Amino acid sequence: MASATVASPAAPPPPHEVAAAPPMPDIMPPVKARRGVLGFLWRYPTIAIGGALLLLMVFVAVFADFLWTVDPTALAPARRTREPSAQYWFGTDMLGRDVYSRVIYGARVSLIVGFAVALLSSAVGLLIGLVSGFVRWADGIIMRVMDGMMSIPPILLAIALMALTRGSVRNVIISITIAEIPRVSRLVRGVVLSLREQPYVEAAIAAGTRTPVIIWRHILPNTIAPITVQATYICASAMIIEAILSFIGAGTPPIIPSWGNIMAEGRALWQVKPYIVFFPAVFLSVTVLAVNLLGDGLRDALDPRMAKRI
Amino acid sequence: MALLEIENLQTHFRTPDGIVRAVDGVSFQVEAGETLAVVGESGCGKSVTAMSVLRLIPEPPGKIAGSIRFNGRELLGLSEREMRDIRGNEISMIFQEPMTSLNPVLTVGWQIGETLRLHQGLDKRAAEARAIEMLQLVGIPEPARRVREYPHQLSGGMRQRVMIAIALACNPKLLIADEPTTALDVTIQAQILDLMRDLKRRVGAAIVLITHDLGVVAEVAERVVVMYAGRKVEEAPVGPLFRNPRHPYTQGLLGSVPKLGSSLTGTATRLSEIPGLVPSLKQRIEGCVFASRCAHATDLCRKVAPALEAKAPGHLAACHYAPRESRGAAAMVAA
Amino acid sequence: MNAPVSDANRPLLEVSGLKKHFPLRGGFLGGVTGYVYAVDGVSFHINRGETLSLVGESGCGKSTVGKAILKLFDITDGQVVLDGRRIDNLPAGALRPMRRRVQVVFQDPFSSLNPRMRVRDILAEPIRNFGLARSRAELEERIAALMDKVRLPRDAVNRWPHEFSGGQRQRIGIARALAAEPELIICDEAVSALDVSVKAQIINLLQDLQQELGLALLFISHDLAIVEHMTHRVAVMYLGKIVEVAPKRQLFAAPRHPYTEALLSAVPVPMPGAQRERIILKGDVPSPINPPKGCRFHTRCPYAFDRCRAEEPPLRQTEAGHWAACHLHDLPAEQNPLAGAKGAAVLAV
Repeated sequence: MASATVASPAAPPPPHEVAAAPPMPDIMPPVKARRGVLGFLWRYPTIAIGGALLLLMVFVAVFADFLWTVDPTALAPARRTREPSAQYWFGTDMLGRDVYSRVIYGARVSLIVGFAVALLSSAVGLLIGLVSGFVRWADGIIMRVMDGMMSIPPILLAIALMALTRGSVRNVIISITIAEIPRVSRLVRGVVLSLREQPYVEAAIAAGTRTPVIIWRHILPNTIAPITVQATYICASAMIIEAILSFIGAGTPPIIPSWGNIMAEGRALWQVKPYIVFFPAVFLSVTVLAVNLLGDGLRDALDPRMAKRI
Repeated sequence: MALLEIENLQTHFRTPDGIVRAVDGVSFQVEAGETLAVVGESGCGKSVTAMSVLRLIPEPPGKIAGSIRFNGRELLGLSEREMRDIRGNEISMIFQEPMTSLNPVLTVGWQIGETLRLHQGLDKRAAEARAIEMLQLVGIPEPARRVREYPHQLSGGMRQRVMIAIALACNPKLLIADEPTTALDVTIQAQILDLMRDLKRRVGAAIVLITHDLGVVAEVAERVVVMYAGRKVEEAPVGPLFRNPRHPYTQGLLGSVPKLGSSLTGTATRLSEIPGLVPSLKQRIEGCVFASRCAHATDLCRKVAPALEAKAPGHLAACHYAPRESRGAAAMVAA
Repeated sequence: MNAPVSDANRPLLEVSGLKKHFPLRGGFLGGVTGYVYAVDGVSFHINRGETLSLVGESGCGKSTVGKAILKLFDITDGQVVLDGRRIDNLPAGALRPMRRRVQVVFQDPFSSLNPRMRVRDILAEPIRNFGLARSRAELEERIAALMDKVRLPRDAVNRWPHEFSGGQRQRIGIARALAAEPELIICDEAVSALDVSVKAQIINLLQDLQQELGLALLFISHDLAIVEHMTHRVAVMYLGKIVEVAPKRQLFAAPRHPYTEALLSAVPVPMPGAQRERIILKGDVPSPINPPKGCRFHTRCPYAFDRCRAEEPPLRQTEAGHWAACHLHDLPAEQNPLAGAKGAAVLAV
């Protein structure tokens, strides 16, 4: 012990001539630290690309009226199945409707369904997951019901639910939401159960915090990140399910153009007039890709294990 | 020629908000058959140094510069393929976490045999026979049965023994042990340290022991390198280092550890603290790396980085104010 | 609050016969297939202003004891009595005011603070819960005083946990525990995750705070050197039981249980070339799901004899204040390997 505290002689001058260590060279070109929103987007290029594509789609959907479109439902039997040209950018379908206009307006249905389902199923799933994670007797019942629902593929469940009602965008949203809820509630339950074991939650219990406050203050804010990521995947999956439902005629009514029913109508002519299917398919793929890219980027950016570590 | 000669090793990492100079100019040598401990606190660069020797640093975002010579052969110039022939064969490594370092779906015997089949071209049967031999060597009872078991069937201490068996299977000349007992309980740690001492006598490999535990250092090391903020600040044989530490950081480190038996000797005093925090490695540090926390730091320390000098024979320290034992004997050592 | 009048001679905390068996669930319907006997009959007391250390290796149940006192779960059996009042069976509402008197500091400085709360809100939570501040100004005053106590700058209250280093975060955790003005703080491996130099800072801080505030500490740790430095009394746990309790000096000078002796001899000491008697235990700690019959330590004990395999030794007094659970003390002194004061030989002092 005594030896450990032997102090070096204090204060200058040093006991002998100063020997300086040779400087170490830089072995890497310097990094330009990028801060703020731009720095964030630079760090997570998938968020930048996915977000930009998605914003573009939202722009297209919102301003469809001003994007050189014509009435997407206007029939023109005289101009059926025209090839893409300067006048009809994406050609016309078998009823002579302008495919470009239909595809642009179709973005509205896809995005509305995608966003609405993501929002609704997250909200309901969050509630169910919180109850399940905190109320022990309810947990068994809820989770068995969710297991049962998850044993049916979401697409089949949505078709079955649509079969019970008539086709409308609202009913499409409701049935896809019901099909997606189990995924969210399972996720939330898992997060809640692991958060409950966190020392900061135990410390809050020891500090006399009541259960509702613990949920509100300590649990809920920490479920937002995983739910946000999950919501993007649900959004993408909802868009695809909507397209499938519309494609098989169980979704959006034919009077409202949606990418699914445009493709359904073009299907008969697929081999001779592939563009009728091609353009809505490209839009659907790009939008789903954009949402998935955004989700992957958010997952990386919000993952607490990655944060603040080298 | 020493077995391992590291000279001016620099390992830097590119991160979004700057370059982390994790190791910045570290030099030391390991003689054949000796046990060298590299000690320091988390973030001092001790593990990165070990990983750099085996070139286990992903490049990018990392980059290694300087020179690492093993048996006179420059490792930094080797191709990935040539490196693979060295890893697990001539130099092997054991890690802190014995669970995550073993593959859960392969038997213990298969994993020990793998390096043998790979590096020494043994067939399946010979490899298994050797695996049983190795399990026996590391003190696992019933090796013939254990060799067919999976990692989850073994306790933490057993798994670390298996890791050691894997590391020693090819008779390496150098074993790098990165915090090999940190995750283990104290009675199991004692078993593993005992095993390592025993194996050293029998196998004769040089050991580089990376640890933060000064007790472990005192028990197994012959020579010690103390690292701080990516630099080597002191190097000495284990006795002089503990009896007469020259660098204020080493002194502080030793003073901040409570000694077992303090209640019997009546030496229970307040622990000495090292104030402040480890500096960020994202900026180049002007002057001495320890100056910001050193009680004796002067303007000189803050401006001029001290060179590593021999303060006594075999005892290097990087401090302007640590006295040299005898002026004549102390030769300058290039850092 | 209707807490009974404190009696200065009464222990602050008394734990008797504490058991916690965690059910193991398995099978299709999730039925109970067995139990983890994490804590299996543990009794001890802590006096006001005293530090009792609970030492043992991982899985010995020491952390479970701490959590049971905090009532983070229901206990299987036994009693927890705080200042003369039984608290283990209180309903949530009646327990809440008692919670103020026992606080906790956890091991991991990274998961013990809510990442989405500022330091101010973390410290304000217990103050508000227990109604310790009558006004906004008093709350701020108390928060500032807490920051002073743990030697952090006052203006750091506006920052987020991730902006701090491990040691600083542990200081915030200590400040949160102090915010409730407790009489007992449970330190569950509170310095284990910290670097050597930071560890010393936190140990010194805890000692200073204990002196200043007259706190009792239940110091749960696996590090015997730190325990010896910090504590007044030590309780050694093995597989859910206390095998030895004694004042610090007695325990380190003359361990009366073979496990304690082996534990002491296994700790590496930072003294190169120290000549010490080594006892290296064979094998591993048995599973708490299926603990050995008889003395739980007999599978690893270097001195075990037939009786140890059949009969479980009770904890009984060997000297004043020194309790051990070992059959060796029934043997004549010349046959008892634990009779002398072997601590010094084992510790090389």
